[in-house]
Amino acid sequence: MTRPFDEGTVVAIAHGEGGSQASAGRKVDGPALAVEHLTKRFGNRAAYSDVSFEIGYGEVFGFLGPNGAGKTTTVRTLGTLIAPTSGSARVAGLALTVANGAAIRRRISIMPESPGLYTRLTVEENLECFAGLYGLSDARERIRRALGSVNLLERSQDLCGALSKGLRQRVALARALLNDPEVLFLDEPTSGLDPVAAREVHELITAMRSRGVTIFLTTHRLEEAERLCDRVAILNTTLRMIGRPDELRTELFARTLEVRTKAPLGNPGALFAGLSGVKSWSDAGGAAYRLEVTDPEVAAPGVTRALVAAGADVLSIAESRHSLEDVYLELVGEEEKAGRA
Amino acid sequence: MSQSWTRIWAMTKKELRDYRRNRFVVLTMAVMPLVFTVAPMVQLFAVKITTTSPAFNARIGLSLLYMLIIPAIVPSSLSAYSVVGEREQGTLEPVLITPLSSQEFLFGKALAALLPTIAISYAVFGIFLAAAATFAQPAVATAIFSGSHIWIQLLFTPLLAGWSILVGIAISTRSADVRTAQQLSVLASLPPLAVVALITFNVIHASRGITIGLAVALLVIDRFGWRAVAAMFDRERLVTGRRG
Repeated sequence: MTRPFDEGTVVAIAHGEGGSQASAGRKVDGPALAVEHLTKRFGNRAAYSDVSFEIGYGEVFGFLGPNGAGKTTTVRTLGTLIAPTSGSARVAGLALTVANGAAIRRRISIMPESPGLYTRLTVEENLECFAGLYGLSDARERIRRALGSVNLLERSQDLCGALSKGLRQRVALARALLNDPEVLFLDEPTSGLDPVAAREVHELITAMRSRGVTIFLTTHRLEEAERLCDRVAILNTTLRMIGRPDELRTELFARTLEVRTKAPLGNPGALFAGLSGVKSWSDAGGAAYRLEVTDPEVAAPGVTRALVAAGADVLSIAESRHSLEDVYLELVGEEEKAGRA
Repeated sequence: MSQSWTRIWAMTKKELRDYRRNRFVVLTMAVMPLVFTVAPMVQLFAVKITTTSPAFNARIGLSLLYMLIIPAIVPSSLSAYSVVGEREQGTLEPVLITPLSSQEFLFGKALAALLPTIAISYAVFGIFLAAAATFAQPAVATAIFSGSHIWIQLLFTPLLAGWSILVGIAISTRSADVRTAQQLSVLASLPPLAVVALITFNVIHASRGITIGLAVALLVIDRFGWRAVAAMFDRERLVTGRRG
C-alpha cells in the first residue's frame, strides 16, 4: 500500500457526522489500535520499520524514542496522513486503507507537536472552523465543553496570535477534543507548558481515559510517561521494547537490594553467599552492598537476619528502583551516543 | 466521496475571516482595483476623441481591459498563498487530520478567493459604468454601453478569476515558499487576459462565435482543471516534504 490517504469512499460506519460515541462509554470490541509489521520508508531510509503492537480501548499508551526515531511518522501514518510502505493496521476499528481515510479521521484526533493555529483568528473562531470541518451539528456546545476542559472559556475571544505558547498548546488540545475522538494522538502535549498547565493536561488525559478514550502519547518526558501510561513502547526506527513500565524494568534490570551498614562488613562474601534468594553481590563502596536477588520481598528478611546475626549495624535495606529513564537510556542511550560519535 | 458543503463553507469562512484581518490582503484588494479604475477613467474622460478616430476604439478597449485585470490579478496572490501559506504557518497538518477531503479543501479555498474577487470586480465595473454615464462624453458613453463590452466584462470576469485561482492553487500545492508561489501565479494568470486583450483591441475580430468559444474553453478549463489540481494535492508530500 503506497498510495497516500487522500480521498475515498467513506465506509458505512456507526457514527454520524458529529463524531464517535465510543468515548461516551459505548462498548467496543477489539483493540483501538492494532499495528502489524508496519514499515515506512522514504527512499532508502526507513522512518520506522516492522512495528507491531496492539492498544486497547481506554488505554494510555506511551510512545517513546529519541528525535528521528519515527514516532511522529508513525502517528501520521495511523492518522492517515501518510501511507505505510508495508504492513497493516486497524485504527478505531477500521482497516488502515485509502478508502477508510476520511472515516478513520472522523473517529480520531491528533494534536501535533506544533499547535498549528490560525493566529489572526480568535480561539473560538479557530474551534468553530474545525467544528465545521468535522461537520459537527452541535458545534457551540462542543466548543464550550472543549474550552472548559482546558480552562480557556474566558479566553475564547482572544486572538490566537496574542496567546502564549502554553495557551496555544491548550487551544490545540481543545481542538483535538472537539470531535469526541475514540483514539487521541498527543504528540508532546506538555511541551512548552509550565508545571501547573502540564498537570492540568495530565488530569485531562486521566479523565479522558476514564471515559474510554484511547490515548497514544508521544513524549520525551519520561516521568510523564511513567506516571500516565499503562504501557509504553520504545522506538528507535524499530520497536525496542513494549510493556508496562515495571515489566520493562524487570526485563532489563536484575532486581537488587541495596544494603547499607554503619561500618564495612568483615567478610561480606561469606555472609551473603549462602542466603536464600541472593544470586550475587557486589561492593557498592564504603559500607554499601548491592545484592542481586530473585525476589526482594523473599530475600530481604533473610538478609536482615543474617546481618543482625553477624553483628552489623544495619542502616537500610531497600530494593533499588530503576526509573523508566534508566530503561530508556539502557535501550537507546548507547545507540544515540554511538550515533553522535 | 460526496462533497460536504458544511466542510467547504467552514474552510471558506475561515479564509474570509483571515483575509479581513490580513493587512496585506486588504491592501491588495483595495489598492489594485483603485489603480485599475482611476487611471483608465481619467484617461478616458480627459482626452477628446472623435467617434471616427482609430484611437477611439483602442482607448475604450484599453479602459475596459483594465477592468479585466482585476479578476485576473487580485485572486492570484490569494490562491497562491492558499496551500503553501498553510504549510508555512503549520496549520495544514491539523486541517488534513479532519475528514475534509482534498477537493473540499481546494474548493473552500477557491470559493474564498472567488467571492471577494467577483464582488470587487463587478462593483468596480459598476462604478466605471456609472462614471461613464455621468461624466464621459456622450460618444464615449454610447460606445461603452452599446456593443458587446458589457456582457464581455460580465462573462469574462468570473472565468478569468476561475483560471487565475486554478493556476494559483496549482502553483501553491507545488511551491516551497509563498513568495515564489505568488510571483509565479501572477505570471500564470496573464495568458487568458492576453487573448481577451486581442479581442478587445480587435486583433482577433470579436465575433460572437469567437467570444463564446473562448468563454466556453475557459469554462471547460476552469471546470476540469480542478481534477488535475486535486491530483497534485499530495497529502504526504505536503505534510512531510517528501514522498515515500
